[in-house]
Amino acid sequence: MSFVEYGDTIKDGDTAIVFLGHESMFPVKVQHGTVTQTKYGVIRHSTDLIGKKYGSKVTCSKGGWVFILHPTPELWTMNLPHRTQILYSTDISIITMMLELKPGSIVCESGTGSGSLSHALIRTVAPTGHLYTVEFHQQRAEKAREEFREHGVEHLVTVTNQDVCKNGFGVSNIADAVFLDIPSPWEAIGHAKSALKAEGGRICSFSPCIEQVQRTCLAMEEYGFTEINTLEILLRVYNVRTISLQIPDLGKAAEDNSSTGFDSSNPSHQGSLCANLQQGTVQFKSGVPLREVVGHTGYLTFATKS
Amino acid sequence: AMEGGPSARIREGDCAVLKRDEVFKAVSVLRRRKIIFEKQWFYLDNAIGHIYGTTFEVTSGGNLQPKQEVEETTTETKEAGTDNRNIVDDGKSQKLTHDDIKALKDKGIKGQEIVQQLIENSTTFRDKTEFAQDKYIKKKKKKYEAVITIVKPSTRILSTMYYAREPGKINHLRYDTLAQMLTLGNIHAGNKMIVMETCAGLVLGAVMERMGGYGSIIQMYPGGGPVRAATGCFGFPKPFFDNLHEFPLSKVQSLLSGTFTTETLPAEPEENALVEEESNGLTEEKQTSLQETEEEPTTEAAMEINPTEEQDTMDMNAEDVEFKENKEKENKENVREKQIKQWERRRKLLEAAALLREKNADGLIVASKFHPTPLLLSLLEFVAPSRPFVVYCQYKEPLLECYTKLRERGGVINLKLSETWLRNYQVLPDRSHPKLTMSGGGGYLLSGITVILDKGKSDSSNSEALKMEEPSSKRCKLQDLPC
Repeated sequence: MSFVEYGDTIKDGDTAIVFLGHESMFPVKVQHGTVTQTKYGVIRHSTDLIGKKYGSKVTCSKGGWVFILHPTPELWTMNLPHRTQILYSTDISIITMMLELKPGSIVCESGTGSGSLSHALIRTVAPTGHLYTVEFHQQRAEKAREEFREHGVEHLVTVTNQDVCKNGFGVSNIADAVFLDIPSPWEAIGHAKSALKAEGGRICSFSPCIEQVQRTCLAMEEYGFTEINTLEILLRVYNVRTISLQIPDLGKAAEDNSSTGFDSSNPSHQGSLCANLQQGTVQFKSGVPLREVVGHTGYLTFATKS
Repeated sequence: AMEGGPSARIREGDCAVLKRDEVFKAVSVLRRRKIIFEKQWFYLDNAIGHIYGTTFEVTSGGNLQPKQEVEETTTETKEAGTDNRNIVDDGKSQKLTHDDIKALKDKGIKGQEIVQQLIENSTTFRDKTEFAQDKYIKKKKKKYEAVITIVKPSTRILSTMYYAREPGKINHLRYDTLAQMLTLGNIHAGNKMIVMETCAGLVLGAVMERMGGYGSIIQMYPGGGPVRAATGCFGFPKPFFDNLHEFPLSKVQSLLSGTFTTETLPAEPEENALVEEESNGLTEEKQTSLQETEEEPTTEAAMEINPTEEQDTMDMNAEDVEFKENKEKENKENVREKQIKQWERRRKLLEAAALLREKNADGLIVASKFHPTPLLLSLLEFVAPSRPFVVYCQYKEPLLECYTKLRERGGVINLKLSETWLRNYQVLPDRSHPKLTMSGGGGYLLSGITVILDKGKSDSSNSEALKMEEPSSKRCKLQDLPC
């Protein structure tokens, strides 16, 4: 297994995802002799994991069970240890497409942060592309290097510990795309331009605040970038539920055998509304929005170097 | 090959995309072929050899000319007003008439100059606020400075273009929704993907782009053959198509039940379902004709037989004999060729069937006009465990049903029904705000991950299973029932 190549069976040294149900999961480093505690009991790596197929159901010591999943950048994003605020798959998706990334692409990124986007970028540019990622925090840079090694992708990425605004990305004129998620992206636009290939390179800057966006757009214009475009994208999830609504009691007209209105004793209304006559309810399936959703992550500004 | 090398140049035969502001159009780059785009007509000949991304102007002769970089007029403190309280819109502020402007255009005066003339002849211009002046100039430039950029096709460009121009062809799949599909589906080099789409081949092209020619794709298709009009626009090198297979939906049931045979092949589609040649880019005509010719194999065969029959009635003399012999040879060759094509089709079909039978695909992407449930329930059988799948539907309701049926089937986890909300912004100093119009809807996605299907026990034998479906806060509510 690796984050850039599917494998069928769980091996010693793999990073696997333990799925407990309904958005409850966590990553685990598979190792001979190790045990992992879950609320359903213990998982013994040597007997329960190694050699089993990914996607298998594993019964834990207390009797409950879990599924063991092959890691993907998307699952990693949902489960990685946060060292910083991260980008989620919704933003990552549109970034990947708008930067026109594909196998063979050379990408530059700063800051590396917790490596959420990094893993997704590496997956997309593999096997012939490369990610040059810059992180000014020494421990975070080192932790990122360690994770890339553990996940079998170190040959596709170079982590540099420096300040991108002062020293750039460490490469010139070769990148197909540059991504910036830093506090003052306008200070790195010049470096981004020199890292990008001569013509047609794409740039993206992610900023939570509109003031940052304004400064960045101005800098992009000054440096001759074209097609400058700012957007935001939000995810709306729906829970699938069967809903029962009660039929109100509108009473009966006086001295009348038949009744007006919606009445559970009137069979002709039955078919169209799947009414549950016994309970006086109507059932239907609905995609119910969540009560609280993410309302903002950041503005994404894209441009082309020409 | 590593990207980052020299930028691609426009070549004859390419599919290129013309861009003017936010308007795109895909065209074939052919010499002496008249192109009409944004109320202008021109030939692409002069563009050949230039780098993609170059911006051109249309000369009076209908030729393209690279636009020179012009210094914007220096910002001398221009006269401007403070607000519009005294500006009356009586339609008389512009002193130049339609005819005056036409005369300028006919003289070959450049757009820039025309805009300058319009400004000078506007009585209210200097009363406008600086912002209003900016807006006025932008508007006039857009109208009179006809500048066209030729861009290299990509998923980004083509999905934006299709959504703006022909959303009906792609089931109103908005480009950000497509972006989600590619990422949620973990589409990457080396995958063995199953793709079922009726989006003119746009989704297939997007998947192919993200796979970079590595791995393999089996495209499931309804009717006689897959529509790949948009796929041709991407400009993929030929090797990308070596591992692209196709398989008819009409054979899926037989494949699943083990009764698959190549005896009754679906009707042969027109051979040219790939790159279009018309200068208008999107081949609506080809697509419809493809659907119409679904039931034609017998007529084609009949046409082959007729020439030989005709020969027998001709007079025989020395020349005729030779002519007849040559004709017979030709007809034999035609029949032979047709046979070879049939064998080829059969071979490819068996190849695709074999790939599907392995039931180890790395993912499934569905984006079609059909109801998603039967597609998912059948095609998931070909996917390995612990692999993502994504289904797109223009409407939410079919996905509600699909979700329910998948829960009943089991073997899937992490089901999620979602849509993305997209908003574009205008960012200008002191004038930043979301744009005035936005898309009302870009379709819905149902995604999940496969797991090993326990055909014997149900997935809810676990006492915790019921809790998996309901968030605990809702368990006590009267109205909601988990599906």
